[in-house]
Amino acid sequence: MTPTSTSRTRTTRTSTPPTGTARTNAARTPRKRNERSSLASAGLHAALALAAVVAVFPPLWLLVTSFKPRNDAFSTSLVTHFTVANYTHVLADTEFLTWFKNSVIIVGLTTVLGVFIAATTGYAVSRFRFPGMRPLMWLLLITQMFPVAVLIVPLYNLLASLGLLNQPAGLVITYLTIAVPFCAWMMKGYFDTIPVEIDESGRVDGLNPFGTFWRLVLPLARPGLAVTGFYTFVTAWAEVAYASAFMTGEENLTLAGGLQTFVNQYTNDWGSMTAAAVIIAVPAALVFAFAQRHLVAGLTAGTTKG
Amino acid sequence: MVAPVVLVIGVIIGYPLVRGVFLSLTDANEANVERNIGVNHLPATYKFTGLDNYQAVLSDGVFWDRLGWTVVWTVGCVSLTFLIGLALANMLNRTLRGRTFYRLALILPWAIPAFISVFTWRMLYNEKNGILNKLLAGGGIDAVPWLNDPTWAKLSVIAVNVWLGVPFMLVALLGGLQSIPGELYEAAEMDGAGAWQRFRNITVPGLRAVSSTVILLSTIWTFNMFPVIFLLTRGGPGDATEILVTYAYRLSFLDSPRNFSESAAWGVLILVLLSVVAVVYRRALRKQGEVW
Repeated sequence: MTPTSTSRTRTTRTSTPPTGTARTNAARTPRKRNERSSLASAGLHAALALAAVVAVFPPLWLLVTSFKPRNDAFSTSLVTHFTVANYTHVLADTEFLTWFKNSVIIVGLTTVLGVFIAATTGYAVSRFRFPGMRPLMWLLLITQMFPVAVLIVPLYNLLASLGLLNQPAGLVITYLTIAVPFCAWMMKGYFDTIPVEIDESGRVDGLNPFGTFWRLVLPLARPGLAVTGFYTFVTAWAEVAYASAFMTGEENLTLAGGLQTFVNQYTNDWGSMTAAAVIIAVPAALVFAFAQRHLVAGLTAGTTKG
Repeated sequence: MVAPVVLVIGVIIGYPLVRGVFLSLTDANEANVERNIGVNHLPATYKFTGLDNYQAVLSDGVFWDRLGWTVVWTVGCVSLTFLIGLALANMLNRTLRGRTFYRLALILPWAIPAFISVFTWRMLYNEKNGILNKLLAGGGIDAVPWLNDPTWAKLSVIAVNVWLGVPFMLVALLGGLQSIPGELYEAAEMDGAGAWQRFRNITVPGLRAVSSTVILLSTIWTFNMFPVIFLLTRGGPGDATEILVTYAYRLSFLDSPRNFSESAAWGVLILVLLSVVAVVYRRALRKQGEVW
């Protein structure tokens, strides 16, 4: 259970890969290790290019399709009649903006609350020894493998009895159950790297425990807070199961639920679907671009520390 | 400082979990749980039935059918994702022109919310008009019923999940590869080790810590992968692609009457299965002398 120093060094190393080692090594040795025949080189490029095409094609096609007139959605050609009609239709004639607003409110609240709870929890687990700590840490860890199905029914009943179905607050609570345990683990890892002496000096200067945490430790853990924030945002923005089960009625849907209304058994509005999808994907991709390098380190750290 | 935290965690995780286990021991369904109809408040009338649900689920063939497919799905997805990720990571770990470009292109699928990607794939898979079948038609090949034939549907959902999962593997393994000291390879080369020997004796052991973590994570995620199956096929055709999680969801939210207790029993069984997998996996690693 206790984090080993080896696992911590490993993750820090993962997060800052020493780029260019291969190159310097190659330059030092007389015979270059990475020297390839031109045939091997061509093969390497061919394989990577193929993989890149497979990776990029679906999102690219989505983007291309979103600019086609509705009736051409399935034509194989690139855009012949460029149009933004799909975008204007989605923004003006559908509930899309309502869904977007719902999602922003829910995801925003989840992120702020989730980061706060995860930070306090992580700090508590990192600094204090109290009865029930080991079970608590186990609980946090095990929740990573909770299937939707275990929690969804009790949560549904709970929210129903509190009158929170179809309310943003209901989904916020739900998303906290997904995000907090994992983020608390990540935050514990960050707090473990901050020397306890800092807390002690704060205590000597007359701060209470919360003051120490809030004024001294939290600012130092800013990178950790950023990663947990990103993680919570990305998780909540892309969540489907709870959103589909707890939110009904056009005006209460989130983006994940709303998108399903464009393409289902009854309607096939691929034009609107693609335009809406592009609008939803852009903010997520931007946030992701900032966070991706740290996400891996954080994610793998959460389990290596088990 | 600790008390509020324990309280919050207890409320948002402990309560639903305990309640889920409790529900699985009752005969709760849509008709007998506490609910409000108009202004009337109806109290709960379900009763405790002990292990009846578990007995019913385990003696029913549906559970074992779904479990079988879930295992195929998980093993298939994780092994393909890992192998492709490993191969690409090794390719990207060389000096190579356009490395940054390839890297960015290859992690793109990760940057897009999964449900967007899944909808996009549904469009590509469209039997009559989808681009995949149009391309096949260009090559004179008959249209493939990607999502409407049980076997093709299974292959299709696996393909999409692999597509979604490779970027994470790739980035994690690339990080692992870059933490292996280059001197080891040089020394091995001096001793006359071939490319395959270097891979087997340096790369594989050097990656063990990272790969054991990502394999376990990815197993858990794939086992519980709800959006891919739910949005791509809704578990169909028939229930061909329904994994345990989507089936449990169907029991409590799509079927009528909603069967809360049986769904909860499925949920608990899934959790137990996953815990066993995780424990056995860690044991096995420890036996190999892994600190983790």
